[in-house]
Amino acid sequence: METLKFDLDTKPLREVNQFLHGDAGSLNGKKIVIENPNGAHNVAVGLKADVDVTIKGHAGYYAAGMNQVAKVTIEGSAGSGVAENMMSGVVHVKGFASNAAGATANGGLLIIDGDAGLRCGIALKGADIVVGGSVGSFSAFMAQAGNFVILGDAGEGLGDSIYEAKLFVRGTVKSLGADCEEKTMNAEDKQILADLLKKSGHADVSPDSFKQYGSARTLYHFHVDNAGAY
Amino acid sequence: MCGIVGLLVRNPKMRDSIGELMLPMLIGMTERGPDSAGMAMFGAPVAADARKFSLYAGVEDFNWTKLGHDFEKHLNAKAKVEPKSNHAVLTTTLEPETVKIWLKEHYPQLHLLSVGQLMDIYKDVGTPAQVAARYDFKNFKGTHLVGHTRMATESAITPAHAHPFTAGEDWCLVHNGSLSNANSLRRKLQFEGIEFETDNDTEAACRFLQWRMREGDDLKTALNHGFEELDGFYTLLMGTSTELALVRDPYGCKPAIIAEHDDYVAIASEFRSLAHLPDIKNAKVFEPSPKEMYVWKL
Repeated sequence: METLKFDLDTKPLREVNQFLHGDAGSLNGKKIVIENPNGAHNVAVGLKADVDVTIKGHAGYYAAGMNQVAKVTIEGSAGSGVAENMMSGVVHVKGFASNAAGATANGGLLIIDGDAGLRCGIALKGADIVVGGSVGSFSAFMAQAGNFVILGDAGEGLGDSIYEAKLFVRGTVKSLGADCEEKTMNAEDKQILADLLKKSGHADVSPDSFKQYGSARTLYHFHVDNAGAY
Repeated sequence: MCGIVGLLVRNPKMRDSIGELMLPMLIGMTERGPDSAGMAMFGAPVAADARKFSLYAGVEDFNWTKLGHDFEKHLNAKAKVEPKSNHAVLTTTLEPETVKIWLKEHYPQLHLLSVGQLMDIYKDVGTPAQVAARYDFKNFKGTHLVGHTRMATESAITPAHAHPFTAGEDWCLVHNGSLSNANSLRRKLQFEGIEFETDNDTEAACRFLQWRMREGDDLKTALNHGFEELDGFYTLLMGTSTELALVRDPYGCKPAIIAEHDDYVAIASEFRSLAHLPDIKNAKVFEPSPKEMYVWKL
């Protein structure tokens, strides 16, 4: 596989991103290494080709945002909004991720080996997220679809106003948000969890050590008892 | 937006180059705060019975020599005045109250930015690079510092509205965020006899902590009261004579990142301000949790 190296100390980020936005046909199968990201924002955003991008260090805000097809590995930490609105592909953060990781992501897989900040997976729309550490408060807020695996603990208000996303937590949950409740894990859910653990390098972790959470569906429809409030 | 930076140098050999280490940190936060910048620098202490007064004149051609002469003539006491552009540090053994009253009477146009034995404050409008060059931040020497780059959202762009703010001797605070109840806090504190210099929301937070500590709280207790009473978003970085302290609001709305190394502790709004620090690859880099107080001592 052909490997191309870009050094952000000497090459402007815009040029690197424009190269990555080139014709998918000629980019497919390429391996790209980005050195010295040094916390720059918007590294490798909007990729649409089947490329394998490695960011060698800490990335700033919105790294690998809107990703499609590509595989992006961040060898350090990621700032706010990593893989936000991802459509497909894989984004792997080897360090920790700041707030709103995987926000509104529609598809693909986001793997965070360390902790994630607040509001991880907010408004999740179908992507899968696996966090090796713990997640901050208000994670999975209004999460609509997708699967969200947390190997550590969850902060306050997990899954507030959640729709049909599935949450799997191995550690403790500080508090559940409105309309989020513990579910019984059925065989199908357990298979989803086992597959995600395997895909994210946690094959040694038993799905039985997790609890599942989801929507109690009490906020789905207007309740006539609340009519007096209007 | 706004940017904050803090640096505490643990390795005594590196303290003479704290200014050089800090400069790219401050400039790295230019996009977060391009309109003003400020720096509180904790350097060598003055004599045990003396204090430093950081003064800001607002005009380039202020006659600092005359101020020194007037001070010595009127008050019959020695004063050392070290000007740097439109700022100066006045050192004297007179009581702070005496100095403050004298300044107010004879030089009402001057702003008193800080009082202390270690801390000097410089703050002004301009890009971080311009402000740093104006006051020669690069050649600062000392143990720790607290800096800020401002993007004003709620009050005017003037040197007085720039950060850091102070709330006591050798005590300063910078803020990234905004407070929605700054006006009601100000009214409440004015009723308690706390004086304000600006309508800035950060000053309200600073004076709130000043009031709590006046009432006997230690910093931690004062900040716990702050969690209840400060309504808004904030990452606050504070400096005292011996430590740096950091808190983020309970919703973690505003960022911060920390690098702990054997030689130093560095704090910034974003990693890009830490990337250049020596041996950063071996530092422990992490994000502080919301509603938790982090303290680093010299």
